[in-house]
Amino acid sequence: MTPPLLELRHVCKAFGKVVIADGINLTLNENEGLGIIGPNGAGKSTLFNLITGDLSPNGGDILISGKSVLSQRPHQRCRSGVGRSYQIPHPFGKMSVFENVLTAATFGGAAAMGEAEAMSLEILGVTGLLNDVNTPAGKLTLLKRKRLELARALSTRPRLLLLDEIAGGLTEAEVQALISTIRDIRRSGVSLIWIEHIVHALLATVDRLVVLNGGMFLADGDPHEVMRAPDVQRIYMGVEPA
Amino acid sequence: MTQPSYRIERATRSSTIGLAVLGLGLIGLLLLPLTGDRATMRLIVEIAYFLALAQMWNLLAGYAGLLSVGQHAFIGFGGYMLFALVAHAGFSPIYSLPIAGLLSGLISIPVAILMFRLSGPYFAIGTWVVAEVFKLAFFEVPALGGGSGMSLPLQAVRDIAPSAQGRELIIYISALAIAVASVVAVYALLRSRYGLALTAIRDSERASASVGVDTFRLKLGVFVAVAAFTGMIGALIFLQKLRISPVAAFDVMEWSAAIIFIVVIGGIGRIEGPFVGIAIFFLLRETTSDFGAWYLILLGLLAIAIMLFARQGIWGLIADRYRINVFPVERQVHLDDHRQRQASSTSLTPTSEKH
Repeated sequence: MTPPLLELRHVCKAFGKVVIADGINLTLNENEGLGIIGPNGAGKSTLFNLITGDLSPNGGDILISGKSVLSQRPHQRCRSGVGRSYQIPHPFGKMSVFENVLTAATFGGAAAMGEAEAMSLEILGVTGLLNDVNTPAGKLTLLKRKRLELARALSTRPRLLLLDEIAGGLTEAEVQALISTIRDIRRSGVSLIWIEHIVHALLATVDRLVVLNGGMFLADGDPHEVMRAPDVQRIYMGVEPA
Repeated sequence: MTQPSYRIERATRSSTIGLAVLGLGLIGLLLLPLTGDRATMRLIVEIAYFLALAQMWNLLAGYAGLLSVGQHAFIGFGGYMLFALVAHAGFSPIYSLPIAGLLSGLISIPVAILMFRLSGPYFAIGTWVVAEVFKLAFFEVPALGGGSGMSLPLQAVRDIAPSAQGRELIIYISALAIAVASVVAVYALLRSRYGLALTAIRDSERASASVGVDTFRLKLGVFVAVAAFTGMIGALIFLQKLRISPVAAFDVMEWSAAIIFIVVIGGIGRIEGPFVGIAIFFLLRETTSDFGAWYLILLGLLAIAIMLFARQGIWGLIADRYRINVFPVERQVHLDDHRQRQASSTSLTPTSEKH
């Protein structure tokens, strides 16, 4: 039996007295799509930082394809197949949009230069940034910076894509367009974990939904069932009237 | 997508013209010894090694984000290695230049491992402290003259060339070669994929790691390569001076302060910056150094003015206003018509055509 793509085993993380992860267990299989919701400050982004190696857990283990990656630094985990977007975009501000993506393609994606150039333009096309190829990334609007986060993550040729609130601030039409892009990405065999407040976008793209609250998963299962659970209704009523 | 429907352009018209002008200037400099103007040759040697030092510091600070104020550690170390190799191992002075560089690169590895634990201002101060430690260490080496230093043995001086004129010619050619090599090396590095990574690190180190760039190894590589090159330049400097002492070798004002001034005034993070900075630095020095301390005060005021009002440096002002670029490291993408059309109807941009 092939090991799951990603496995968190009893992962703990606390900042001082603030407990972010209190023995979290999570398994994600190849080709699976997982949505994460939870109140602000629940530690959703921290969970991503633990998976990518930006932060180290206080306890527990993180495995990719059955191998512990705790000793791997962020760039190694990227090359192991973890691509991520940041909630607050981190563009390479003085480089052009094209070069931002090209850097990801040649290093994370380990592509030769010619192949990387073609791939970068392909991905910029998919993410709607082809009109801005030569624009310095620092001059993009917030919306386009979020697209660039997605484009850059895709260029690392991830097996597991971690998206952190990339739909926030989009119009309904743009959300629909994003949903179809994400579906295409998933069809190409990429597994997904998506943190998002816009629940209907998650319902349209993921197979499973978890709710992170108080350092643990409150619910885990079929997205529609999870959304109907009384606890989730209670926590989410004020935040996102579904 | 069968045919590549794009073109990536790297040269610009200003870069073609600029490189041609620089090439002609270099030919002129190579012909200068024919005039026998030895005072000018000595000045050019000094300009050449300051240009090479500034290119190295620009790569280190302007791209890899390693703001070292202690590069004089490697200038002095390289110089001392040359004297040690020549005086105690019987090496020829010219062959000792690259070996002194290599040894400087080696000593920079433990320095880097120690210094990379520090960041920001702590790194800057740390490198300065390292340079002071190097200086104090050479005070304690009697074989290299201790605190009073040493001169290059007469026999070794004759080894370079029998006549003083021949020596000056060899030093002149070596200095030009090192300056050209430093520019070519930095330019080639920045145009390669590692240039992308270094520029990315400059803009966001954390995001660089998240797209697969091994930031630690790349910064270490740059630090060691820059230290090796800086050490080789230091060896050449003290080969020209024929004398070395700890105070002269590890002088922060003479070396690091001048280099930083040159790069900041000219424009940090651009290859053209050090050229412009060098021109201003030597112009000021040659015209105002008779006024004693006023010369330094003028330099200081100019540096403060640039840092307050033109943080891109003088070249930054010129380049942004007139859109010129002598050493283009960027990639300009030109899409053909098909791609242009695609650009205005992509999946993330909702249009009426989509269902």
